[in-house]
Amino acid sequence: MDDMYREAIIEHYKNPGYHGVLEPADISFEDNNPLCGDHLRIDLRIDAGGCITEAAFSGHGCAISQASADMLLGSIIGKPLDEVKKMNKQDILDLIGIELGPVRLKCALLSLKVLKSAAYGIHQGESVELDLD
Amino acid sequence: MNEITRIRSDFPILQREIKPGVPLIYLDSAATSQKPSLVLDSMSEYYARHNANIHRGVHTLAEEATELYEAARGKISKFIHARSHTEVIYTRNTTEAINLVAYSWGRKFLKPGDIVLLTEMEHHSNLVPWHILRDSIGIELKFIPVTADGLLDMAEYEKLLQLEPKLVSFTHASNVLGTINPVQEMARSAHRAGALVLVDGAQSVPHFSVDVQQLDVDFYAFSAHKMLGPTGIGALYGKRELLEKMQPFMGGGDMIREVRLEGFTANELPYKFEAGTPAIAEAVGFGSAVDYLTQIGMDAIHQHELEITKYAYSLLMNLPGVTLFGHEKQKRGGVIAFEVAGIHPHDVAQLLDSDGIAVRAGHHCAMPLHQKFGIPATTRASFYMYTEKSEIDKLILGLKKVQKLFG
Ligand SMILES: Cc1ncc(COP(=O)(O)O)c(C=O)c1O
Repeated sequence: MDDMYREAIIEHYKNPGYHGVLEPADISFEDNNPLCGDHLRIDLRIDAGGCITEAAFSGHGCAISQASADMLLGSIIGKPLDEVKKMNKQDILDLIGIELGPVRLKCALLSLKVLKSAAYGIHQGESVELDLD
Repeated sequence: MNEITRIRSDFPILQREIKPGVPLIYLDSAATSQKPSLVLDSMSEYYARHNANIHRGVHTLAEEATELYEAARGKISKFIHARSHTEVIYTRNTTEAINLVAYSWGRKFLKPGDIVLLTEMEHHSNLVPWHILRDSIGIELKFIPVTADGLLDMAEYEKLLQLEPKLVSFTHASNVLGTINPVQEMARSAHRAGALVLVDGAQSVPHFSVDVQQLDVDFYAFSAHKMLGPTGIGALYGKRELLEKMQPFMGGGDMIREVRLEGFTANELPYKFEAGTPAIAEAVGFGSAVDYLTQIGMDAIHQHELEITKYAYSLLMNLPGVTLFGHEKQKRGGVIAFEVAGIHPHDVAQLLDSDGIAVRAGHHCAMPLHQKFGIPATTRASFYMYTEKSEIDKLILGLKKVQKLFG
C-alpha cells in the first residue's frame, strides 16, 4: 500500500523487542508529541563504564514512532552514553530505511529526542533545545 | 449530467490526481472545504480589475472595491438572516470572532467570580480565549458535560444555569462527534437565566440554513474557509445593542471616527471592530461562496449530507475493529470520527493517503473531548455537498487494506 510501511516497520511495531519499563532504571525520560498526542518514555541501565546495558520504551504512538523507538534502542545496547549524545536525524533515517515528510519525521524523531534528553541528564519538565540535525 | 457530477465539475481541485491514476478523494471538509471556480474567479477578477484600498479614496477603483467589500457583507448578513448588515463584523476566522467577544465584551462587562458556561465538546478556539480571560480577570469557567453517546447533558445544563452564568458559549455542531446542538432551546433557557449566548457556527453555517434571529442568539461566529470561501476571513454576528456597548477590539485606521493626539472616538458599526486594511479580496470571495451556496440551496446541501453521513455511518459501523464516536440515531452533521483497533490514526491516515484519500488524524483541536473518551486521537472523515457515495466505498476498501497490512 505504501513504501513507508515496509515489513520491518510493521514487524517492529507489532512485536517490539524493547517494549516495557525498567524498575529501577538508572535514567528515565519521557516526552510527547503534542501534534498527535504520542507519548514515549525510555528507561536505561548504565554500567560503571558509562555504557548502556539495558533499554526499554513505553507509551503509545503510531507505527513510525514505535518502530523507530524499538530500532533505536536495539542499536544502542553496549554503547557509551557519550556516543548516544552524538546521534542525529540521519542515524534514525538509516535505521528505519524510509523517506519521511516533515510531519511524520517528528514521529520518527520523538524517540531520539527522548533518548538524547536522557543521555544528557536533562530533568523532566526542563525545556532544552536539542540539536537533532 | 446528474446534480452531484455537475457540482463536482465546479470544483477544479476535485479533478486532481494525487499520483498518476489515483484521483483525490477529499474527506476533510470539516478542516477546510474546497472552493468552486466562482469563488476563485471572483477573487482574481477583483485583483485584476478593481484592486484598491477601501473607505479611503474617491477614485473609481476605491469606490468599486468599497462597494464589492460591502456588497459581500450584505450577502453574508442576508445568508444568516441578520437584521442588518451593521451586525456583521468581518474577522479573520471563527477563532478571531470568539476572541473578539472575549476581549471586547468580556473585559468590559465581566467581573471576578462571574461564570462563563462552556461545554466539554468545544473546539480549542472556544476554550482558550476563556482560559486567557479567566487567568487575567478571574472569571470562573463551568462546563456542560457530554454524555457517553455524544450529546450535551441537558438536565445538567439546566442545573448549571441556576448558578446564573453571564454567558453561555457553545458550538452549534461538533467537529468530532457530529452532534448538532439544540441552539434555539438552549438560548431560550440561557436568556431566562439572564445569560447571553455565543454560538460557534464554524461547522453549522456551511452545512444547513442558519437564522440568527429565529435562534435568538446574541453572538454567532463562523469562518469562510469551511463554507467554500477563502482562508483569512470569517465573521462575527452580534446584536446591535450589544456591539454598540462593547469596547473596540484592535485600534488603528478605519475603526475610528476621529483621532487626536490625546485620544480617539470609535467609528460606527460595524467598522468599530475592523481596524486596518482588511482582507478585501477574501471578503469578495466570501460573498461569492454565499452566492454559490444559495444557488445550490442550503436545504438540498443538508439533505445530501444527511444521506451521505447515514451511508458512511452504516458501512463503518459494520467494519470489524472499527469504533465510531458520537450519537448513532440523532440527525448528525457530516463528520465521523472513529478508531481502528490496534492501529494509530496517523498510520490510518497515512496509508489512506497513498490511495488518494484525505482524512484527518489527531485530536481535531478538541483535546479535552478526547481525554474524556480516554483516547489520544481519532481518525475523522468529513463530508460536504460534493462528496459521493463511491468515495465512501473507497474509504471502506482503503480501511480494509489498512487492517490487512497490520493484521
Ligand atoms: C467547531 C469549530 N469551531 C471553531 C473552529 C475554528 O475555526 P477557524 O480555525 O477557522 O478559526 C473549527 C475549525 O476547525 C471548528 O470545527
